[in-house]
Amino acid sequence: MSESSLLLASRSMLVRDLTLAMRRKADVLTTLFFFLIVVSLFPLGVGPQMEMLRGIAPGVIWVAALLASMLSLGRLFSDDYQDGTLEQILLEPHPLSVLVLSKVLAHWLLSGLPLVIFSPLLAMQLGLDGEAIVLLLITLMLGTPALSLIGAVGAALTLGLRGGGVLISLLVLPLYIPILIFGAGAVESQNAGLGAQAHLSILGAFLMLTLVFAPISTATALRISMD
Amino acid sequence: MGFKNSVIWLYFSSPRNFYPFAGKLIPWFGWLAAVLMIIGLYIGFFVAPPVLSDQKEYYVIIFIHVPAAWMSMFIYIIMSLYAFIALVWNIKMSEMMATALAPTGAMFTFLALWTGALWGRPSWGAYWVWDARLTSELILLFLYIGFMSLQSAIDDPRRAARASGLLAVVGAINVPIIYFSVRWWNTLHQGFSVQPAQTQQLMDPSIKWGMLILALAFWMYTIAVVLYRVRTIILERERQTTWVQELVSSKS
Repeated sequence: MSESSLLLASRSMLVRDLTLAMRRKADVLTTLFFFLIVVSLFPLGVGPQMEMLRGIAPGVIWVAALLASMLSLGRLFSDDYQDGTLEQILLEPHPLSVLVLSKVLAHWLLSGLPLVIFSPLLAMQLGLDGEAIVLLLITLMLGTPALSLIGAVGAALTLGLRGGGVLISLLVLPLYIPILIFGAGAVESQNAGLGAQAHLSILGAFLMLTLVFAPISTATALRISMD
Repeated sequence: MGFKNSVIWLYFSSPRNFYPFAGKLIPWFGWLAAVLMIIGLYIGFFVAPPVLSDQKEYYVIIFIHVPAAWMSMFIYIIMSLYAFIALVWNIKMSEMMATALAPTGAMFTFLALWTGALWGRPSWGAYWVWDARLTSELILLFLYIGFMSLQSAIDDPRRAARASGLLAVVGAINVPIIYFSVRWWNTLHQGFSVQPAQTQQLMDPSIKWGMLILALAFWMYTIAVVLYRVRTIILERERQTTWVQELVSSKS
């Protein structure tokens, strides 16, 4: 196997997943609207005082992004599993972890990136100022790919199980906690005058770690599930 | 020597050989657990001083709380080690041990949280504070519950054991990351931090001994219960084999 054929395989995997998603736009939009609705529920629940909303805004947006990203995980492998494509992918002569990485990238482009793009709008609604919004955008940009990568392990483990959707949240949410802490903490740390440099570095480190280990674990999990 | 040892380990990695061996070990560990627990509780209730620095009698919950918290973390490490061995070397017995350890680990985690809440009320004035150690213990409970629910959601026992084993290994990598994140999160919020440093200096040796003996008792209890549970799992998963069928028919 030459190197170029691996690149070709992973690129066609990415293009295929994106094309399939574009044919069913509703799936992508559902995740985005879920994110928008959850964030809009918070002012209704805790009251419209701008001071308080500003305080909880980074946390609210982050928790909503976490839930939205998790909800769309179910589709990551299940369609391919049901129509038998996944078995073909497993039989490919290419490393499964690289192909998994393209699938996860497609998942992030479809469910993570839209959230990142729309988050400034929500942040403005919750009363954050310009500097905080930019910072929040950067943390989401660094954090949401890591969420997709960790989530892929859970999606692969719960493949084809009854009640997989609820189960996946139980498996994945505890593992999301570090990313939530540093993602939401960055804005608060900036406001406290401590600077967000450390938070951003750690988020970047998480992304690098998950980029290396998550595809391998996901590939192992897929092999276990398809055994 | 090394060769001989590895042969012994391979011998017991077969469920058929391990089943009677575990059966012989259970009473030993069971009785050890009972005796140590009585000694430990006696020290706790009658030997240890009634006051620990600024805390009154209620502090004696330390004798259950601290060993339970130790065991909750220790069992998770052992469980993920077994899961790792099972994944890498494909040893069935190791899978079953990981499965058998999880409920006991979850029980100790719950016990540590519950006794912690009861202890927190009189000493801090609240059942629950978002302290770093409390929060990470709670997350540990979630990890145990995730492990057990994944296991019970999969019908095929082989896939169940392997999938939850992988989850345990991934979780074990995450445990230190979660712990340090939560600690940092806590200091950023300048939350309630309980430093037992001064308390430890004033601690009476009998308290330390009571805690150690009870930790040992919990350990022996864990071994006894886990061996009992693993015997049941062996019977369940090996029920098609002739030796299990012979065993069952000879008993009935």
